[in-house]
Amino acid sequence: MKYLSLIFVGIMVTISAFSQETAPKTSKLPSIDIKTVDGKTINTASLSNNGKPMIVSFWALWCKPCVKELTTISEVYPDWVKETGVKLYAVSIDDSRSSSRVKPTVESKNWDYEVLLDQNSDFKRAMNVNMIPHTFLLNGKGEIVWQHTSFAEGAELELIELVKKVAKGESIDTK
Amino acid sequence: MKKTLLLLTFFTLAIGGFVFSQELNSNGNIHGNFSFEGQYYITDSAINAYEVKEKILSNSFLNLIYTNGNFTSGIRYEAYLGPMKGYDDAYAGNGLPYRFATYKKDELEVTVGNFYDQFGNGLIFRSYEEKTLGIDNAMDGIRVKFTPVNGITLKGIVGNQRIYWAKSAGVLRGIDGEFALNDLCSRMKDSKTKIILGGSAISKYQKDKPTSKYKLPVNVAAFAGRFDISRGRFALQGEYAYKINDPSALNNYIFKPGEALFLSGSYSQKGLGVIVAAKRIDNMNFRTDRDMIGNPLTISYLPSITKQHTYSLAALYPYSTQPNGEMGFFGQVEYMFKKGSKLGGKYGTDASVNFSRINNIKKESPGAGIAMDSAGTMGYKSEFFAFGDELYFQDFNLEVTHKFNKHWKAIFSYLNLIYNISIIENHEGPLIYANVGIADVTYKFNEKNAVRVELQNLMSKQDKGDWFTGLVEYTIAPKWFFSVMDQYNYGNEDFEKRFHYYMAALGYTKGSNRIALQYGRQREGIVCVGGICRAVPASNGFQISITSSF
Repeated sequence: MKYLSLIFVGIMVTISAFSQETAPKTSKLPSIDIKTVDGKTINTASLSNNGKPMIVSFWALWCKPCVKELTTISEVYPDWVKETGVKLYAVSIDDSRSSSRVKPTVESKNWDYEVLLDQNSDFKRAMNVNMIPHTFLLNGKGEIVWQHTSFAEGAELELIELVKKVAKGESIDTK
Repeated sequence: MKKTLLLLTFFTLAIGGFVFSQELNSNGNIHGNFSFEGQYYITDSAINAYEVKEKILSNSFLNLIYTNGNFTSGIRYEAYLGPMKGYDDAYAGNGLPYRFATYKKDELEVTVGNFYDQFGNGLIFRSYEEKTLGIDNAMDGIRVKFTPVNGITLKGIVGNQRIYWAKSAGVLRGIDGEFALNDLCSRMKDSKTKIILGGSAISKYQKDKPTSKYKLPVNVAAFAGRFDISRGRFALQGEYAYKINDPSALNNYIFKPGEALFLSGSYSQKGLGVIVAAKRIDNMNFRTDRDMIGNPLTISYLPSITKQHTYSLAALYPYSTQPNGEMGFFGQVEYMFKKGSKLGGKYGTDASVNFSRINNIKKESPGAGIAMDSAGTMGYKSEFFAFGDELYFQDFNLEVTHKFNKHWKAIFSYLNLIYNISIIENHEGPLIYANVGIADVTYKFNEKNAVRVELQNLMSKQDKGDWFTGLVEYTIAPKWFFSVMDQYNYGNEDFEKRFHYYMAALGYTKGSNRIALQYGRQREGIVCVGGICRAVPASNGFQISITSSF
């Protein structure tokens, strides 16, 4: 029985790997109901930025590298917006233990992001995020063109270079 | 066997179909993620890392999700060969415990198979996964979401819960409704006050055993109501839950109904965030199996109200909710000293003060001559707003984050903790008083290279005494990290137990692929995520972790 399952998964992986190569990269945001910091339900498929690039960054209050990343970006965010029109959605995966603390913290830190609450990790799961911080970059058409996990000092510089490229409509070659 | 085979055939065909249809419809897409974690165990009897007969243990999984327009389906393969130390042995094995299909048609969304969901804050229902804790109580059944008009969301669920590789004998049925009054009521459309109300009900069915000593309720219902009101900078949230009598192994088969209340209020403006919260929990253990103890098959999620700490010594004594009864409160002020001010410096300074305290609930005998908590009775009486005398946990902490210049930044923390080990860890011991000081300093050499040093000191006269942790981490953005760490129990009363827990790690990340290697000792302790904790045994060895998203 176990072998059958294994074989099955083997087939699945092959198929998916195969389809990865042939399918055009048009992955868009999935349709998941999450909340704004004011408790209002919004669907993630409706997130948009008028044809400009978008960053979707998964974080949580208890994740030190996440808070570091968003604080670091926050210092240069007004320049990023001015230059590229980019908009950052900071998706907190804090569950009901701490989700009500997200808004006061974000305000106290002067973050100018659109902050969303993914209390049961539904959006995180649909985006196949293993661990946070995990950042996605979307082009003006809402297509996911790049993703990155973890944060190290200086990683924000790579991100803004990619955002600039995407804003100009160039394709991303991360090699 | 036959059923499983049928299922497999069905999914293989289904996926085959998707791949085929993908050619027809270019909107179709497959994406997923993968995780592998393995350890080679070295026996280290000094720290209680006992021999692992298999030498190598590993946990891994792969998720695949297929989406096409309004249709989504997915599966997860999991393998625990055998389960790593700290995970329940019942996970041993491999297979496909998770598969689902969802479609959305106008106002309706239907999911069949496995799903995760929660009603409100999860007080009466939360189905979720927390792989690092070995928690996965995924539902297997049907969920229907209905949004008749903007502002109303209705949900209905029915199904069993996952327990390791099996399903709960008990069945859950539930409904939830959420109403955003500002969308529904034309008069409130432009009101500055935003009101969202919600209500939910859930019922568990579990057969009674013919051998039962008591006449146990086979259908146990629970109800909850919630509100979320905000006006400008102010926000107020609350949820109350009630569960009918539900005698179980965890409450010693008493017939008292359960209750829970969560309240929080906050004020937020640029540079300032204030939040206060309070909670009461009384007899709220709720499982799909009344005889279950430990973490599996929980229906209710009763998060801890205390701050979740991440530095290793700050998290040495973590609180976890006592579902049988607790009362507590929490308060936090966060403030940013502005750029250019005396304390703010060139970049501003973040400061936060946080306090929480949890006690037991006040209990009285349910009637003359009846001992408290005795099985088959009402158990106890408890006044709703009265704190008990026994302290479970207290945490006062300060944190300051400051960037000095382009090169230097630092986080300084101080914590004062009181930890009731006999309640929280369920074994004899005195109240533990601990003071912890932490400095986390980063020096950035240039655009890509940075070094981070973490110094932590915990002082306590109880339990294992004083600890010191030192960590040095070097990062080359965005791909590399190297770190070495030592945790030293220098204050242990028993000189022979003044161990060093050393660790060295390196990691490589490219995009969403990550490989990390680690070698060293892991102290025995408690790992907590989101208020749920699990004990991890001590171990020594070589670890590898590979994660990827595509």
